[in-house]
Amino acid sequence: MLFLVQDGITNGAIYALLGLALVLVFAVTRVILIPQGEFVTYGALTYASLSSGQMPGTARLAVAMGIVAFGLDLFAARKSLHLKLVGRAFAVNIVLPTAILALTAWLAGRHPPIAVCIALSLLIVASIGLFLYRIAFQPLAHTSVLVLLIASVGCHLALQGFGLVFFGAEGQRGPTIADTAFTLGPLRFTGQSIAVYGITVAFIIGLWLFFGLTLYGKALRATAVNRLGARLVGIRTTLSGQIAFLLASVIGAISGILIVPITTLYYDTGFLIGLKGFIAAIIGGLVSYPLTAVAALVVGTVEAFSSFYASNFKEVIVFTLILPVLVLRSLAAPAVEEEKD
Amino acid sequence: MSALLSVSDAHIAYGKVEAVRSVSLEVGDNEIVTIIGANGAGKTTLLNAIMGILQLKGRVVFAGEDIVRLEIEDRVAAGLSLVPEHRELFATMSVEDNLQLGAFRIARAVAARSFERVYALFPRLKERRRQLAGTLSGGEQQMLAMGRALMGAPKLLMLDEPSLGLAPIIVADIFRTIGELRAAGVSVLLVEQNAQAALQIADRAYVMELGEFILDGSAKDIAANARVAASYLGFTHEGESAV
Amino acid sequence: MRERLPIILFALVMAAIPFIPGMPPFWIVLLDNIGLSALVAMGLVLLTGVGGLTSFGQAAFCGFGAYTTAVLTTAYGLSPWLTLPLSLLVSGGAAVLLGLVTVRLSGHYLPLGTIAWGLGLFYLFSKLEFLGRNDGISAIPPLSIGSFKMIDPGSIYFAIWAAVLLSALLTMNLLDSRTGRAIRALRRGHIAAEAFGVQTPRAKLLVFIYAAVLAGLSGWLYAHFQRAANPTPFGAQAGIEYLFVAVVGGAGYVWGGVLGAAIVVILKEILQSYLPYIFGGQAQLETIVFGILLVGLLQLAPTGVWPWLTARLRLKPARRRPDTTLALAARPRAAATSAVLLQIDHARKQFGGVIAVNNVSFDVQAREIVALIGPNGAGKSTTFNLITGVLTKSGGTISVLGRKIDNAPPQQVTKLGIARTFQHVKLVPDMTVLENVAIGAHLRGHSGALASMFRLDRADEARLLAEAARQIERVGLGDQIDALAGSLSLGQQRIVEIARALCVDPMLLLLDEPAAGLRHMEKQRLATLLRGLRDGGMSVLLVEHDMGFVMDLADRIVVLDFGTKIAEGTPEAIKTNPDVIKAYLGAVA
Repeated sequence: MLFLVQDGITNGAIYALLGLALVLVFAVTRVILIPQGEFVTYGALTYASLSSGQMPGTARLAVAMGIVAFGLDLFAARKSLHLKLVGRAFAVNIVLPTAILALTAWLAGRHPPIAVCIALSLLIVASIGLFLYRIAFQPLAHTSVLVLLIASVGCHLALQGFGLVFFGAEGQRGPTIADTAFTLGPLRFTGQSIAVYGITVAFIIGLWLFFGLTLYGKALRATAVNRLGARLVGIRTTLSGQIAFLLASVIGAISGILIVPITTLYYDTGFLIGLKGFIAAIIGGLVSYPLTAVAALVVGTVEAFSSFYASNFKEVIVFTLILPVLVLRSLAAPAVEEEKD
Repeated sequence: MSALLSVSDAHIAYGKVEAVRSVSLEVGDNEIVTIIGANGAGKTTLLNAIMGILQLKGRVVFAGEDIVRLEIEDRVAAGLSLVPEHRELFATMSVEDNLQLGAFRIARAVAARSFERVYALFPRLKERRRQLAGTLSGGEQQMLAMGRALMGAPKLLMLDEPSLGLAPIIVADIFRTIGELRAAGVSVLLVEQNAQAALQIADRAYVMELGEFILDGSAKDIAANARVAASYLGFTHEGESAV
Repeated sequence: MRERLPIILFALVMAAIPFIPGMPPFWIVLLDNIGLSALVAMGLVLLTGVGGLTSFGQAAFCGFGAYTTAVLTTAYGLSPWLTLPLSLLVSGGAAVLLGLVTVRLSGHYLPLGTIAWGLGLFYLFSKLEFLGRNDGISAIPPLSIGSFKMIDPGSIYFAIWAAVLLSALLTMNLLDSRTGRAIRALRRGHIAAEAFGVQTPRAKLLVFIYAAVLAGLSGWLYAHFQRAANPTPFGAQAGIEYLFVAVVGGAGYVWGGVLGAAIVVILKEILQSYLPYIFGGQAQLETIVFGILLVGLLQLAPTGVWPWLTARLRLKPARRRPDTTLALAARPRAAATSAVLLQIDHARKQFGGVIAVNNVSFDVQAREIVALIGPNGAGKSTTFNLITGVLTKSGGTISVLGRKIDNAPPQQVTKLGIARTFQHVKLVPDMTVLENVAIGAHLRGHSGALASMFRLDRADEARLLAEAARQIERVGLGDQIDALAGSLSLGQQRIVEIARALCVDPMLLLLDEPAAGLRHMEKQRLATLLRGLRDGGMSVLLVEHDMGFVMDLADRIVVLDFGTKIAEGTPEAIKTNPDVIKAYLGAVA
């Protein structure tokens, strides 16, 4: 019984991280980030590939996306091109991913230590996240939540397809971050599960400090609270969007790296994991961070129990969990008029 | 002639409907200029377009640079600032955070001086610096919106209906502060329905009707103009003594 | 008949295609798939494009349709024709259950909810024993008429495309009706629609069920076309794809659904057959291209291909003038028991800690124009919203003709004969002036959705449109009757709102800043109109900032400041009232 709770909390911690990232991205950019799951997959499988000495295709994808982003930057600024701007765009979009690719290629055959694999995976996925915003969402920044949502689904399809190309249909596992384990009463704690708790808590505290104390964190919050107001003080919507996507992709990748030693991940597993983070985010109303974190733990626990007692219907139960929540939400705040969709 | 802001032959349309037609205007250094006119005349539209929130056809030259293609954020960086009609504060953040973000594009050292200046101008904000912006009264919110705009040390401050929905006594306060801005080296472009108060502090004025300027001149001349008096000051003559 | 000509031509062409000599059978299969997809997309057009409710879960309703017939024909040996109504019933029933939960959700919760139950149902299909789990159900009998079995793609082709054409016809009929206008008004928010008596939750549920039934029909056809059913085509991916189809074609247009289906099905076919040659035998490449195309399309043509195409072809829909000689029965009235139409007694409204309306009392008598003035934020619009039931009051009473209306919903208030306009114009911009105004007469019509689908509503409809046309003439916009509401100037749109309110056949008209944005001449015309209405027995309560207009027009003025009534009286008395002068200090333009 207790071990189910423990299982649920481990899962829940991951969902909490993902849920927080979803809330963040939605608040800042109004994008409902369906491809969050792909960040999880990419992080996990890039890490697994690197540590087994393979060259992950994601590094090449980052370069390809960088080139497209560079093209878009040039096109957007075609009327006022100057050297500094081109130089900066070149550095971010071309030099950065190419350098990462070179580093990956150089390290891939040499069995680098785990920490290096993790860092490199994060770098790769972060740059993909950054370029994804530039390519898919920045041009749509002025459109409705619905259009952004559909675009988000399109990104999910494309990235998942790439995932299959890069990593094949076979599942992979990665090496654990910490091998130690100890027993406490009836419960056995592995080093990995401790790492999950530790990193989740560290991230939550880190985000809290970032949003509460730093100028950029406040700028992000300001964008979420009032987009026009933020623009009027000179905070670029695109900058906020980039930071949000950067954070979301890093959080996604970290989540993936944390679970890939525990469960076998396939190219499409991330989507399901992401959706569960999603349920938590929706329970939190896409605005409340603490509520999201708590909801994530509930989702994780329900999942753990239903996979034990009704494993066939695990997914059915988890996904229908959302319906009563939605009912409650709609009863609580039914008559909000949207001036524009 | 090098005005700080010079708008020439501006057209602004919502879809097919042209809200502002062929408008030209100038604001010089250290000058307070007001645009008066009825509700729906196109004043807010014009300010929003100068700020870059709406598309404008025509020329907008600010501090010697054509800014018509610039994004809002770049216009802010160039020294243009707008306090919009709905204030657009960060309601769930503290007064101090709002002000700090006002200096987002400014070096940290300069921002510290901006804080002092804004708190000196609006002592009330200093008292309430820990309070959430959304919990302030209407007048305090207007002060915060102006303070936030001033934090970025703009060359030109554009104010959209600063008196809107405020108690008369606070309106007087706000207008006094606007007058003080000139001494601080900030030019002001003021849009007001409260024509009387606006004309009292302004150097020059434009009168807008149905998307066009029908009159312009020194604030004194405009105030004395019979047509303006009839259309915009008429009903308030009885109240003059109370100002 | 003329407007039906293109459809008849299209039907003839589609009927002729299988008889073209040398037609590759493979193309017929493609057309079958297009038809199946078009049916679902058409439902989505109504649901998402027209009604504004986004669903990623339509594939699940196909699943209900397909599995219903699969189980009943294989396990119980029922005839497919017998299972058709049952399939539709099951998908419709599922839509009722899910719809009751989902359609009340606002904004982005709705699509998210649909993703969630879409996934849940997919897993349910693939886990249930009697649905054959992941393997599904095979050996489903073909459709047959007498001894003629529709086994090959060329024969079921006729069943599929007959269904598509019939559905398109019914859908277009539905949209062009009283119920259709209510549905089309949904996307612009519920407040305006409800102010004219539309039960928006019911209208939303209706389109939800309608879309689900179309999807169920597609599922039923699919089961008999494939002769098998398994969970894959009813999963989340398929649900996403259907939405894609609708968006590509043009989510706001019935034929956009068909066009989108054609584009997507053919594109997928091309991608599947040629991509492997270009990139070597990699799997799932079409998903990648698909996803990228979707994002690209949204950036380049967010409204879809159909509107782009019709704009190119310059198709002008032929509009018939309503026959204004038809009379519409007056709104049923309660016998007037008092001269006081509207009595507001100590009305209060509190938002959190802010008191927007503070113990305000005033009344409106019969044949009277009362103006409500005061600075912005004084509580004028809030008072309007309390009277019309948009907001529930925190205290006090509001009575109409001596009867208390305690937080009656807007639909109830309009039945009492109180009609309103809005400060921020709430018209449907892509509907004509006539259609917008006809929404005002919603409660004076009776035809329901089914009647309008089968065109049994024409007499009722003609009377509604006649009334709308009369009111448009009355406010002086007769020349604009066929113009799209969004193409009018803001001032004219305000006048359209007045015409819409007049369609209620009201005893009291509530106008929120009717003169804003009007030119001098237009204001005078409006004043004349309002005086005429009063002299004809109607009362008017208006909020207005233009003092010249108010002083000239109103019989009585109520002044609000900070949510409190500070004065009430004739224009003359108000002009010289010291409190008013103080509160208004220079604030008059």
